[in-house]
Amino acid sequence: MNGRSSVITGVGVVAPGGIGRKEFWQLLTSGRTATRRISFFDPDQFRSQVAAECDFDPLAAGLTRQEVARSDRFTQFALVAAAEAIADSGLDLDSEPVDHDRLAVAMGSAVGATTRLENEYKVLSDSGRDWLVDPRYASRFLYEALVPSSMAAEVAVRFGAHGPAAVISTGCTSGIDAVGYAHQLVEDGDADVVIAGATDAPISPITMACFDAIRATSARNSDPEHASRPFDASRDGFVMGEGSAVLIVEEAEHARRRGAHVYCGIAGYANRCNAFHMTGLRPDGIEMAEAIDDTLRQAKLRAEDISYVNAHGSGTKQNDVHETAAFKRSLGEHAYRVPVSSIKSMVGHSLGAIGSIELAACSLAIEYGVVPPTANYERPDPLCDLDYVPKTARAEELDVVLSVGSGFGGFQSAILLARPGRTS
Amino acid sequence: MNPVVVTGVGVVAPSGTGTEAYWKSTLAGELHVRPIESFDASAYDTTIAGQVPAFRSEDYLDDRLAVQTDRWTWMALAATEFALADAGYDAGGQDRYHTGVVFGSGSGGVEFGQREIQALWARGRRAVSAYQSIAWFYAANTGQVSIRNGTKGPSNVVVSDGAGGLDGVGCARRTIRRGTPTVLAGGTEAPLCPYSLACQTANGRMTTSPDPVHGYKPFDVAANGYAPGEGGAVLVLEDARKAGQRGVERPYAEVAGYAATHDAYHHHRAPRDCGQLTRCMRQAIADAGLSPADVDVVIADGAGSRDLDGLEVRAIRETFGSRADRVPVTAPQGFIGRLCAGGSALNLVAGVLAIRDGVIPAVGNLTDPVPAYGLDFVREPRRMPVDVVLVTARGYGGFNSCVVLRGPDHANRAS
Repeated sequence: MNGRSSVITGVGVVAPGGIGRKEFWQLLTSGRTATRRISFFDPDQFRSQVAAECDFDPLAAGLTRQEVARSDRFTQFALVAAAEAIADSGLDLDSEPVDHDRLAVAMGSAVGATTRLENEYKVLSDSGRDWLVDPRYASRFLYEALVPSSMAAEVAVRFGAHGPAAVISTGCTSGIDAVGYAHQLVEDGDADVVIAGATDAPISPITMACFDAIRATSARNSDPEHASRPFDASRDGFVMGEGSAVLIVEEAEHARRRGAHVYCGIAGYANRCNAFHMTGLRPDGIEMAEAIDDTLRQAKLRAEDISYVNAHGSGTKQNDVHETAAFKRSLGEHAYRVPVSSIKSMVGHSLGAIGSIELAACSLAIEYGVVPPTANYERPDPLCDLDYVPKTARAEELDVVLSVGSGFGGFQSAILLARPGRTS
Repeated sequence: MNPVVVTGVGVVAPSGTGTEAYWKSTLAGELHVRPIESFDASAYDTTIAGQVPAFRSEDYLDDRLAVQTDRWTWMALAATEFALADAGYDAGGQDRYHTGVVFGSGSGGVEFGQREIQALWARGRRAVSAYQSIAWFYAANTGQVSIRNGTKGPSNVVVSDGAGGLDGVGCARRTIRRGTPTVLAGGTEAPLCPYSLACQTANGRMTTSPDPVHGYKPFDVAANGYAPGEGGAVLVLEDARKAGQRGVERPYAEVAGYAATHDAYHHHRAPRDCGQLTRCMRQAIADAGLSPADVDVVIADGAGSRDLDGLEVRAIRETFGSRADRVPVTAPQGFIGRLCAGGSALNLVAGVLAIRDGVIPAVGNLTDPVPAYGLDFVREPRRMPVDVVLVTARGYGGFNSCVVLRGPDHANRAS
């Protein structure tokens, strides 16, 4: 691909447990959890009453009152995370010679402005009384809520990005697929710098209700701090989360020329579909393994080169088995030696956003040489028999990190990050 | 790099379900924007839309799947079935990883979503369907099409409002170039339920005329906003060499060029100038290895309001220079309304069929072009050899995308 490769030069995070990259990293390395009883609304009627919520004040985080007024929370998260990532990258979009025509936006989201759409609907339908809603109660910015692309547009407008812009919306793999899309834009020469990541703010009654209906979320309501239990034998579903992470994905030579700090390179990206079931997974993990194998081929690396696996680890019964099988299939014996962990144990599962939040965690893991743990991991499940880094972070030099995601619709995604200089 | 070619198309449109029905109606110049029939829209500012008549889920999928899915998914499954049959392509008969699905999406399964939010607030959480989590979200169509057709290759969902159909095709081409031989691309929309219509009227860009003839009128002096619509198209895209190997003698066309830019000007307002749209057109043409002089016809975005139409006309003028008044420009979506991401996918089909049949459809519902535009708007179907088509699309908030289609002879030579 014309010798172009992509690196990550900036990281911005809005996550439960603290706004900003530093607070996020502190939480992950401490092994604390940010899951709690839902406070945004009265969760009494719901089967799952726990979530990982962000304590987020958009004005304090730097948004204007008009940005707040017209944007759903998922867009607000994205703008704040993007601003932090750009500042971290050292790109000065106003004065440095950044070619704005080659500055792109690739932002993932699984469910867009669901929260705002639900809130507005309550008014238009008078609390669900009228199917024929009264359009006179529609807020001025309801179109922005209907089309999730408005989030990418907001990011492009705020940062003057005239390159290709899009929302990537592949459900729960959106965060990986958006960064993968950014990586391909850079490799193919369509952009030099991409504001890439994902965002979701799904903690609303309708989202809780729809996952209640399929019993996908945890009902460990009496113990919210320990409800997200990936790979543990007593796991009973995922814990809803919210947040955003943005990575600055930059062409390697572009980054080198300006002397940018490089967290890591993107060495390979792939996705597959399981063509099986919208929500179900076969226990064999074949399609995820196929995606992992593809990333290794692209990176010209061997399974043994992987020093950490950031798992999807949602904490549902079937996911964690499916994924463990995929790791064994792709990595062979190495699967038993490499540390595997799920940060969803601490920050919950923020649907489309989590893939990017996990890539932010991986970038920081490489940077600081620390493997984040799987919190709440206590009782091994015989079907999940790998090293899941229970409870405590580990200092370890990390050269190559694999992150994977799995989502409704059958999407299976994998991405490989590598320490600068580690790949060709 | 082998060319990427279109080997099959499938259409579900207000003007016809099935490619030939759509094309026949389009060339006949029939207006298919009508007063909204599925509910009483009289309280809305906009009361007309392009609706797919007599479209029933039971013609394309069983009841079990129908209750799990929204109308936009039924349309995607139907359009996919047509496209695969047209291409003579059996995804299940190949290596499963050799076929991907990349769709654009504007607003997802929003009628299903309205129904379940309604159920939750009227009757409580136990009333919410177990399928809400898979029916509304924007990836529903990609997932369902993958499952139904057994495709396991790289897949994606690209969301950029009305530009999404072209961005999906751009992404599909990228996927093919990276080694997946076949990708189903395109998209459908079905945003005509009470709530989604209320959401759409909030953008201030739709017509308020109750009379279809006076409603959506791209490039007309009476342009006053657009009519929304439902439907879309699916295209089978293939690596030209692989298509040849499986016996495709003559694909429809090559996806020769693609580009996307963003105005990055304002979340709502039209940009001050057409600079980024012009750049998008030029870049897509250059990406095809062509020059503006090679373009035989422009299938325009045709937003149907004076400010946005004016900007697009200026972009065409800047791109084509002294030849601008001699390049045929059309916008057949004037007959059916704007179908968001489904509409840009459908305009690619119009381009493909124009190449196939050597005929350019007219601008839909154009009565009186703005004289100052000075372009060669196609007023009646025009018979002429068509080799190179530039398709443009825009999305609310500043998205610009262009695809250049080229006749199949070049692709055959190259392979």
